[in-house]
Amino acid sequence: MIQLKLSKNILKLIGAVVLLLLPLLVTNSYFIHIFISIGLYIILSLSLNLVTGFTGQLALGHAAFYGIGAYTSALLLLRFNVSYWLALVLSAVITGIFGFLLGLPALRLKGDYLGIVTLGFGEIVRLVFVNWYSLTRGPLGLPGIPAPKIGPYIFDSRIPFYYLIFGLAAFTVFFMHRLVNSGVGMAMITVKEDEIAAESIGIYPIKYKLLAFSLGAAFAGIAGSFYASYISFISPDTFLYMDSVTILAMVVLGGLGSIPGSIIGATVLVIVPELLRFMTNYRMLLYGALMVFMMIYRPQGFWGANKRVRNSYKIGIRGVSNEKDIRG
Amino acid sequence: MKKILEVDNVSISFGGLLAVNQVSLHQNKGEILALIGPNGAGKTTLFNLLTGVYQPTSGKIIFAGEEINHYKPHERVKKGIARTFQNIRLFPTMTVLENVLIAHPDCNSETVIPAVFGRKKLAQRRRTVVEECEEILSIVGLQDKLEELATNLPYGKQRLLEIARALATKPSLLLLDEPGAGMNSVEKEELTNLIYYISREMEKDVLLIEHDMKFVMNISERIIVLDHGEKIAEGNAQEIQSNPKVIEAYLGRGNFDDEE
Ligand SMILES: Nc1ncnc2c1ncn2[C@@H]1O[C@H](COP(=O)(O)OP(=O)(O)OP(=O)(O)O)[C@@H](O)[C@H]1O
Ligand SMILES: [Mg+2]
Repeated sequence: MIQLKLSKNILKLIGAVVLLLLPLLVTNSYFIHIFISIGLYIILSLSLNLVTGFTGQLALGHAAFYGIGAYTSALLLLRFNVSYWLALVLSAVITGIFGFLLGLPALRLKGDYLGIVTLGFGEIVRLVFVNWYSLTRGPLGLPGIPAPKIGPYIFDSRIPFYYLIFGLAAFTVFFMHRLVNSGVGMAMITVKEDEIAAESIGIYPIKYKLLAFSLGAAFAGIAGSFYASYISFISPDTFLYMDSVTILAMVVLGGLGSIPGSIIGATVLVIVPELLRFMTNYRMLLYGALMVFMMIYRPQGFWGANKRVRNSYKIGIRGVSNEKDIRG
Repeated sequence: MKKILEVDNVSISFGGLLAVNQVSLHQNKGEILALIGPNGAGKTTLFNLLTGVYQPTSGKIIFAGEEINHYKPHERVKKGIARTFQNIRLFPTMTVLENVLIAHPDCNSETVIPAVFGRKKLAQRRRTVVEECEEILSIVGLQDKLEELATNLPYGKQRLLEIARALATKPSLLLLDEPGAGMNSVEKEELTNLIYYISREMEKDVLLIEHDMKFVMNISERIIVLDHGEKIAEGNAQEIQSNPKVIEAYLGRGNFDDEE
């Protein structure tokens, strides 16, 4: 038992070291870009997983939050000249508020109906980006978004961006992992599984739906803020319905309500289209076929929620407890 | 004797059907009260009214001296009313222990920042929660099944887990909707002892719905009979058994010992 735990920790450590040294091992900047995309989509899929996978609220407009985060950050940087780090935090907060607002209709709607409302929300947000010309320059987009700085050091290559997204993704994984295994996260799961039963033990479902929408949006906002400064140009075309679907596909393919699932889903769905690039037009066809295949033969995803580590609530106890308590 | 619960002229109708009709009853502190009646009598509906799943069309529900009509279901739990369900409603993808943990007020009142970033203090708090929940699980005899998924338990054990989950909310009044349904006679015997324990040792008031007359007569000090949404009788086991209205109600649709 202890042996197993030890080797698992060693594996994790090796993984972390490899990821940290990656820019030294891989010099091809195209590969670095792929790794950065993976990190970005890990944040996006984990954030949507909180809403859809853990709390059970179907959301088809997640790219809108990604977009709101990107525009918030870009506008703060371009118009108000704030530091990137402040823009990052503010875009998380502001996008979180938008998530709360979208969560409000979720209180009355369920399943497909909620899906349609969130889809509509995504479309409205895109139309605002297109039509609020004085703020967003419409379809022309916002070019020249400045790169982040640490003191005098400017992020002038992909390598610092790699480390930034690595840090942000690691933080997201840590945050979500701790959250879903806490009383808060378990309450979210009860809301997904049976609202009446949840109420019968003193849980107020509305509170957790709003919380999931706000937190999910805030993390998507972080991803958006990163994207804006990484690419240095954003336009309404970056945050389309298709992107919402891709993120949802990552969550479902990886496994609803599973953190490793979202990580795997994001990784696979960033890499596969790249591998299939040589097939040009047939690419999307094969991609679609792959998804259908998965849904038929492995509907629980690569790493379904049934693999959730049992009784992980006790994780928080580790620090002060004896061996008996560490069952997770 | 002190009244813990008073139901005062409560009615509810579903599109013309009077599921509960002008029912008044009360429960005394410390008592095990049983609610019986033929299928469709309105017993579960009454539980749903007490727990706030439904709002009565008229009438008042008073718990611990306070009218609770306007409280939402989760607020009534905080007031001290917990329940189990006739058609078991556990959280299937959660473990036995997690099903109980999440019902514990110190677990489901956690907030985001401490839950994610907390350390020593959080650990201390969770340790207490886990210990208390493990203790509750050993009271119902599920201490060896902590890691099991709730859905993987046999039927009878799922009923016990629902009781454990309800107890974890720290109620003063426990509503049990057919806790013995689907249990064999040995399990029912154990259930009887468990209910006694909950009533006497844990000092909770128990209101239970049950079809098995032997079981009911055995365990409850007082029995209330519903039929067609109306209260038709009230009294101890002998009084109920010899009450012509009760015999009529049951003979009309089957046997006294008819289960489900
Ligand atoms: N939500 C609802 N909508 C419509 N009718 C309902 C609803 N809930 C209950 N009823 C009806 O109210 C009546 C009483 O139902 P209830 O479930 O309370 O009976 P019960 O006494 O618990 O019966 P059983 O012994 O079969 O569990 C039934 O006729 C039922 O069909
Ligand atoms: Mg019933």
